[in-house]
Parts: sequence; C-alpha cells; structure tokens
Amino acid sequence: MEELLNLFSVHREMIYFVALSIFVGVEVIGSVPTVLHTPLMSGANAIHGVVIVGAIYVMLNVDTDDVLALSLGFLAVLLGTLNVVGGFVVTDRMLEMFKKK
Amino acid sequence: MKHNILEICYLIGSITFIVGLKMMGNAKTARKGNLVGAVGMTIAILGTIFLHDKEISWLIYALIFGAIALGTVIGWVTAKKVQMTKMPELVSMFNGMGGACAALISIIEYNHMQHMMHNPIVNAGIVLTDSMDKLYGILTAIIAGLIIGTVSFSGSIIAYLKLNGSMAKPIRLPMYNIINTIVMVGVLVFGAYFVITGGNMMLLYLLFLAAIVYGVLFTIPIGGADMPVVISLLNSFTGLAAAFGGFLYDNKVMLTGGILVGSAGTLLTLIMCKAMNRPLSNVIFGAFGGGGATADAGSEAKGAIKDVGVTDLAILMNYSKKVVIVPGYGLAVAQAQHIIHELELLLEERGVEVKYAIHPVAGRMPGHMNVLLAESNVSYDKLVEMDDINPEFEQTDVVLVVGANDVVNPAAKSDPSSPIYGMPILEVDKAKNVIVNKRSMSAGYAGIDNLLFYDPKCSMFFGDAKKALTELVAEIKTL
Repeated sequence: MEELLNLFSVHREMIYFVALSIFVGVEVIGSVPTVLHTPLMSGANAIHGVVIVGAIYVMLNVDTDDVLALSLGFLAVLLGTLNVVGGFVVTDRMLEMFKKK
Repeated sequence: MKHNILEICYLIGSITFIVGLKMMGNAKTARKGNLVGAVGMTIAILGTIFLHDKEISWLIYALIFGAIALGTVIGWVTAKKVQMTKMPELVSMFNGMGGACAALISIIEYNHMQHMMHNPIVNAGIVLTDSMDKLYGILTAIIAGLIIGTVSFSGSIIAYLKLNGSMAKPIRLPMYNIINTIVMVGVLVFGAYFVITGGNMMLLYLLFLAAIVYGVLFTIPIGGADMPVVISLLNSFTGLAAAFGGFLYDNKVMLTGGILVGSAGTLLTLIMCKAMNRPLSNVIFGAFGGGGATADAGSEAKGAIKDVGVTDLAILMNYSKKVVIVPGYGLAVAQAQHIIHELELLLEERGVEVKYAIHPVAGRMPGHMNVLLAESNVSYDKLVEMDDINPEFEQTDVVLVVGANDVVNPAAKSDPSSPIYGMPILEVDKAKNVIVNKRSMSAGYAGIDNLLFYDPKCSMFFGDAKKALTELVAEIKTL
C-alpha cells in the first residue's frame, strides 16, 4: 500500500496527464453523427501513427555497428510512416466525398 | 535551446491532434480537421529528427530518411488507389503497421538496455544512478508496448484477411473461449515475470511470439460482420501501445496522441456495439457474428415468396410519390452506387421524392455506406439516419432494399429466439410496398433467415444489383 501511494506521488504529474487525456478523448468523440464514424476511426488510426516519433528517437540512439538494431529501427520507421501517411491520406479521401454539392 | 523548441513542437502536435479530432466530428470541418492533425504530425516528426544536440552519423540519417521516403510513397499510393469498398481492410492494415512499429521499438529498446547493462563502464552508471523503481517502470513500459502492439499487429492482419475474403469463415477451435482466456492470462503472467526478473533477449522473442499467437486467437473466432468493432478495438490498442512508448521516453506528444486514440477508440467501439445492440463481450466471446449455427433455427413455413418483374417494378416506382432506398453492403460489392444514383435522379425528375435510409451499421463500418454513396455524388442531405427515417416509412409507397438483409429483418423486433433480436432495424415493413433486390435467396451476413421476405407486401427483385438496376433504369426511361 505504502509503495503504491509512493508510486502515485512519484508519477503524479503523469497520472494527471493520462486521466485528463482520457476525458479529452471521450469528450472529443462524444457527439459525433454516425456518418462520420468511419472517417473518425480512420483519422484516429492516423494519429496513433505518432508512435513513429518513438521509432525515430530509437534510431537516433542506436549504435552504428549494431546491425540488428539498425535494421529493426529502419523497419519500425517504415511501418510508422505507412501508418501516418496512409492513415491521413485515406481519411482525406473519405472526407473529400462529404463535400456539399 | 533545441530541446526547448522540440518540447514546443510536441505541444503544438498534441494540440493539433485534439483540435483535429474535434473538427472531424463535424461534416463541414472534418476534412480540415484531418489536415490539421497531419500538419501537427509533420511538425512533431521533423522536430524529432532535427531538434537535438547529438552527433548523428550519416548512416542513421540515411536510414531514417530512406524509411520515411519509402513509407510515404507506398502509403500514399496504396491509400490513393484503394477502392472505396476496400477501405475498412486498409484501415485495418495501417493499424497493424502502427502496432508492429510499437512492438519493434520495444524490442530495440530492450536490446539497447541489455547492451548498456553488459557494458561494465556504463553498467555502473545505469544501475547506481537509476533506482530500481525506475528500472521497473522502464521495463513495464517496454513489455506493455510490446504485448499490446503485437496483439494489435497480428489481430489487424487477421481482420484484414477476413474483410478481404481470404479468411471468410470464423475459425473456432473447440472451447476457444477457454483457450483464449488461458493464452491471454499466460501472456500477461509471462510479461509480469519478465518485468520482475529482468528477462533476456531469448525470452523477449518468446513473449513476442506468444503475443502474436494471442492476437491471432483473439481475432479468428469473430465473424466478418463484427470486424469493424474489432478493428476499432485494435485501433485503440495501438493507441495504448503508442502511449506506453510515450511513458518510455517521457514523450508528451506520443502520450497525448496515444491516449487520445486509446480512449476515443474505446468509446467509438462501444458506440458501434450499441448500434448493433450487442454488448462488447458478446462480440468478442461470440454469440453469432457470422456463425452458421443458428441459420436454420425456426425454418417452418412462413408463407410464399413473391417475385416481381422489371416492367411491373418500373411502373410501380414511376407512379409512386415517395421511394426510400435501403442500401447495404451488397450494393457496394456489386459496384451499383452509380446506377442507384442514376435511378434516384431519374425518379426525382419524374416528381418522385427519393431518400436513402442509412442503418448505423450499413456497409462494413458505421458511416461506410455514406462514404460509398458520396463517392457516386449522392447528395449528403438525401441520406437519412435510421431514427429519422423510421417514422416516415408509413407514408412511403415503395422501399427498395438493395444488398441489405439483416438490418431490415423484422425478426429483430418480433422473434426473441432470433440471434439479432433487439438490434434496432429499419422498419421497412411499414411501407406500402417493399422490393428486395438480392442475387439469390441465401441468408445475410449474420446467417439467419429474413422474415421480411415472407411478408405479403414484399416482392423479390432477383439479380445482380448493378445489372438489375440498369435494366430498371432503362425500363423507367421508356415510360
């Protein structure tokens, strides 16, 4: 119990951050018409592509003689880019069609 | 200096994600919202690459830019080329890529950590300066990111294959629920053991493999009709995996982006389940969702099925006051979006009021049908959502159901033994005439018989949607 409380105060800022972000996420989606669910899901899909930032960060810290890490890092950046670019472009294509005629 | 600018970049990124997602909740601003998110993402990515004080070898830069260039070209071209009907698959695939990315980060980071530990000079530094608490924290973030990212990856690939049709039938091992639960608990215990003992590379790969297996087991028993829910759920998983990456590096933009998608994705999943009136647990642990087990339940005679010829139908529609079209996935598969729009224009020209009734789960994802119809220039305000159109059916002369089945099945209201009982439906049986276009008498996606077809007011208009509708349009033109 003591340890758990300790953990809470050490990571207090982070826990606040997470809790508030969860509410923001729920709030943002809250009152969306059904017609926009698919584009919204696709847009959210593109946003979690932010994981690519981690992949780049990893790459910047890899030793140049560590071939395994270099190739895995390359793959990670590639996959992350696919997620980001593909995600935003496909969402844009979906939304393009909602133009008022 | 550079570091501070980077933090500002991340703040901008986080804000654009929130604002972008919010804007995407409104049809007018949606497209701009997506762009806002993309701009924020670009700022965060460029900042990460350039805003640091490290000496980076040209090789690493070459690899980073090479990967980004390659990914941009492949991602862009695939997203531009894909047919609109195939979009759910593509979203699933991109989601899997994100999950795999998170898993790879964990593997590399752990590998990196091991190198540091085994290097005696650095070793002293890391162990002595970092408290054990912090080390556990890092390991937890690595392992959680690995497990969640991997499950999302392998689950998304299976979802892709299912939507693609390569794996149409749900595969159910005997006692799959028990096996799945055991595997899930096993993976979690393995993960916890890993964090406590510190693990090694070999064990990490084993854990990676176990998570792949769980992702596959999690997804294969679920029927194709429920795939959107699964994709949405896996989408929020990947968000969570990205958030753990944020914990690992104390990176705020990964945290906001990840958690935002995690919570928004979870809510979206629940909303989708609500539209189908099925609790999430039901989708995951399965009651029907594509199983054929209930298909022939209660197949006693319910009356005869009538069919209608194209000439009679043309006359009926031409002299109606109000026609409501109920499009389903079958329409999209037959590529009949354009011809249905032509039919709509033709009827409007003749003074018939035409509307489209959109069930929340029409198509393969909520909103999918709107996108498909919008593609063929159907006006946005002609698409009416279920709750708004249901009261209008009583004044409707003809309902034309094209390629939809379960969403108009009155058994959902009247037959408590039906597996779709309780699902909200389009109450087309209240209209004066119901015409159902189908290729054959086969059951719908849920594999259950449709009581509507036996309704005396209902007639079948058999044939491939595109071909049959083309004939119908030609016939109406002659009148």
